[in-house]
Amino acid sequence: MDLYVYPEFEVVRNEKKCICCQACSRQCANLVHSYDEATDCMEADDSKCVNCHRCVTLCPTKALKIVKSDHTFRPNANWSQATINELYLQANSGGVLLSSMGNPQPHPSYFDRLLLNASQVTNPSIDPLREPMETKVFLGRKTPVPPLEANNTTAVPEPYNPDGTLKTEMSPQIELSMPLMFSAMSYGSISYNAHASLARAATQLGICYNTGEGGLHKDFYQYGPNTIVQVASGRFGIHADYLDAGAAVEIKMGQGAKPGIGGHLPGKKNVGQVAQTRMTPEGSDAISPAPHHDIYSIEDLRQLVYSLKEATGNRKPIIVKIAAVHNVAAIASGIARSGADIIAIDGFRGGTGAAPTRIRDNVGIPIELALACVDARLRDEGIRDDVSLVVGGSIRSSADWIKAIALGADACYIATGALMALGCHLCRSCHTALCNWGIATQRPDLVKRLNPEIGTQHLVNLVHAWQHELKEVMGGMGINSVEALRGNRLMLRAVGMTKEEMNMLGVKMAGESA
Amino acid sequence: MLDNTNTKVQLEGKVRIPSGCAISGIFAQDGELFSGRDIITSIAVMHDRSNGLGGGFAGYGIYPKHKDKYAIHMFYDSEDDRGKAERRINKYFSYVLSEQIPTQKHPNIKDAPLIYRYFAEPLTEQLEKAQIDEREYVARFALRVNADEDELKGAHVISCGKNMGIFKANGFPEDVGEFYKLDEYKGYCWTAHGRYPTNTPGWWGGAHPFGLLDYSVVHNGEISSYDANRRYLEMFGYTCSLQTDTEAITYIVDYLNRKQGLELEDVAKVMAAPFWSTIERMDEKEKAAYTFLRRRYGNLLVTGPFSIMLGFTGGLMVLGDRLKLRSMVCGHQQNKFYAASEECAIRAICPEIQGIHSPRSGEAVIVRLEENK
Amino acid sequence: MKKIYVREDWCLGCHLCEYYCANANLGGGDMWKNLKGKAIRPRIRVEGDNNVSFAVQCRHCDEPHCLKGCIAGAISIIEGVVSIDQNKCVGCCTCVLTCPYGCIVPTETGVMSKCELCVNNAGQAKKDKEGGIVGFIPACVQNCPNNAIVVEETEVTA
Repeated sequence: MDLYVYPEFEVVRNEKKCICCQACSRQCANLVHSYDEATDCMEADDSKCVNCHRCVTLCPTKALKIVKSDHTFRPNANWSQATINELYLQANSGGVLLSSMGNPQPHPSYFDRLLLNASQVTNPSIDPLREPMETKVFLGRKTPVPPLEANNTTAVPEPYNPDGTLKTEMSPQIELSMPLMFSAMSYGSISYNAHASLARAATQLGICYNTGEGGLHKDFYQYGPNTIVQVASGRFGIHADYLDAGAAVEIKMGQGAKPGIGGHLPGKKNVGQVAQTRMTPEGSDAISPAPHHDIYSIEDLRQLVYSLKEATGNRKPIIVKIAAVHNVAAIASGIARSGADIIAIDGFRGGTGAAPTRIRDNVGIPIELALACVDARLRDEGIRDDVSLVVGGSIRSSADWIKAIALGADACYIATGALMALGCHLCRSCHTALCNWGIATQRPDLVKRLNPEIGTQHLVNLVHAWQHELKEVMGGMGINSVEALRGNRLMLRAVGMTKEEMNMLGVKMAGESA
Repeated sequence: MLDNTNTKVQLEGKVRIPSGCAISGIFAQDGELFSGRDIITSIAVMHDRSNGLGGGFAGYGIYPKHKDKYAIHMFYDSEDDRGKAERRINKYFSYVLSEQIPTQKHPNIKDAPLIYRYFAEPLTEQLEKAQIDEREYVARFALRVNADEDELKGAHVISCGKNMGIFKANGFPEDVGEFYKLDEYKGYCWTAHGRYPTNTPGWWGGAHPFGLLDYSVVHNGEISSYDANRRYLEMFGYTCSLQTDTEAITYIVDYLNRKQGLELEDVAKVMAAPFWSTIERMDEKEKAAYTFLRRRYGNLLVTGPFSIMLGFTGGLMVLGDRLKLRSMVCGHQQNKFYAASEECAIRAICPEIQGIHSPRSGEAVIVRLEENK
Repeated sequence: MKKIYVREDWCLGCHLCEYYCANANLGGGDMWKNLKGKAIRPRIRVEGDNNVSFAVQCRHCDEPHCLKGCIAGAISIIEGVVSIDQNKCVGCCTCVLTCPYGCIVPTETGVMSKCELCVNNAGQAKKDKEGGIVGFIPACVQNCPNNAIVVEETEVTA
């Protein structure tokens, strides 16, 4: 007999308000709710509930709520309830625990302990409603392109043509209306409608979304100028047209939620157009190896970077995405010297469609620290202009976003936040493929629940709201263009940090003058 | 000598001090050499824009006898510091003359450091060994001495250009001018600065103008992009040891004009770039140039209020921020170009001046000696 | 003239439109007070199964069969909306028989009811800033969780 694990959540139904419309039972893909004709009552099987709030949201009389079960073990500060239950599950199954979305552990947040500055008296703040407030950015190499065979040369090229005009040629860059992008989520891990929403919203907003490693559905080539196409270790769905379709190509070396781990799309999700787009046999498991098997070191990365540049006619910036791990600064420096135009760093709180729980919760480092040390390292080496830095891994609000830019990021990636705008309630059950919100599923009746018209509008609203907030904060600082905020760490102050933490972030203590 | 080591107040450079200011400049386009009297009179009118915590001047064409030598102006905290610094200078330079800069007692100027100048040229052997051009050699020397927190803590390079010099002190600018007897110098260009810092230990090195090589900058404002600019500049060997906007602006100009080879007109387009919406409306050629400059050098965009005067050999540039948040007027009369924070500062020395106007936001007004045109 | 139509691509078959319809036509307000323990009589019905479903309600035909067949003269077109005057209806059910879409349903009292685009439901009034009524938004349209039911202005055909 299996060790029994008591349900984590309880469905609470207000019987006075429940009118037995059965919307809950029709909407729950986990089959929690059912209608009992004999008693003319709705019933619930708590053990199946993942707490996704689909029933709560749709219940027309608001008769439902989900509460955390107060069932308890003998209180133990060392053995938490979750730890005990997970142990039982493993004793039952003998397997690796799987989970989804970002690290939920109470690790310290550095964003929450950073505070922003504003102008008073000596320098006027600027009203973004009355004065221009610029958020446009370009991502990519700012220095002239080095030819493949060249050493890193320090010679400064003559800036003018013989006729006295400026030489204006630049390396390929991505233009964004604001320093924000939707991070990589593959078609397969998320649904067609989720991809459609992201692609349309990115286009409306003048930013980019990222295909993830599952290829690009033929319907979405039309959004190419606002698409970043990803090349991951499984090489799914990659062909010449695909590389050419996007505004940039991203080589995915790692992911914040599961550094050092590849990907695994189960055969039951790899169906129909997903399999077609990935160019894999239908129903087969689509497995991305942990490393790229043609990249065992930095010099191999350089070859892939230049292969992709050549394949795209040197017209697209190449992004290399890595997970924030202990040696991230040195790795980033190596990437910058490998010819990459943009480095994307994903912090340990980044989301995922499925990852081993222990890895998600224990591997990697916070994005704030990774960003601070990479930015500082690239500057120390004088190569910060050779690459743009994009960071992700739990940018939860415009405040996190603004702080990341002030720490030195050229732009931020958001994904969990974007999915939440699409309806995700962070139940962290993506790996079950039964997403009740039509996001992380391929079941047609569930996918249908995400109407891209609504999804697009919510994404556009969210990003516009953040952009307004960015402008307000910049205006308060007396800054009217976002490049003057980038790396402007004097606009940050720390509360509740140790000296070492402040040193690592390159910020001063609140109350300390500049 | 003022000794700050026992006080709790931090010296400029340890702490960033916002300040408001007055600035004024006079430039003779035909190269006429005129005394420093006018510039003292001009800046004195704007007494209320300073608070006695810093004033200074830069003069160009003032050392015709030694015009081919780098005129290195130094502040020393003590004789001991002077000894150490001179050993360093001797290691890299030969000089034809070293002397105390002449000053006169003034009741309002106190706690003067030792003020010296050297007319120097790089030692050929050292210069060859360094494998860099002469100007870079001199700039690096100055930057390193000023960033030295250890042996040369008590020595500061105040200016190091050819045939120019910076004279500054703790006090009201008009008093500073008298202290240095500037009416006895003649130059074709003068700029002046009166400072209104919000708090200061009253340190001489913190007064302005700030200079590197023959660039000198006087600045009124507080730039909000400071740390973004500073951290970018530090990639290229600059150490913003004074933590002032003026220092950062000087390095921006040095980096773009001297190291990257951009014309000053284009340097101004980087620092006070037009808005993207303005660039959108330009013709294709202009749009390409402005877009390139913002994309390539966006990290050196300067935001927040500023109006600056940049002195350089043979010219003067006046530039205001992109929103025009600090006052600046300028005008011509006969052979001279005048610019100042307030019109009264010009009228005080040139009552008959016509056509005084405010340059537009982000508009660079550059005047050069006629012989250089 | 306004028409409601259903985009079956987005209809989830949740049947919520039926409840919101029934509630709106019972005067609106707290749904559980109106509907608890009662069989609902919605003027919109969801057809189909879990895979394909769509809601059906009155098409507001230009030449409605129900209007032609009504023996009491209770059905008329008011500003494009096919409406039943329940004071005139005698409950003969001719309209139920003639409607090709099955969109007419008897009420508890035996007189007929049908979708009238919520124009008589005060709770569904759209108001401007001063509180003036500028139109009505049908309850099914307003509450469809997936925007599957939309109301659109269509051209008046002769």
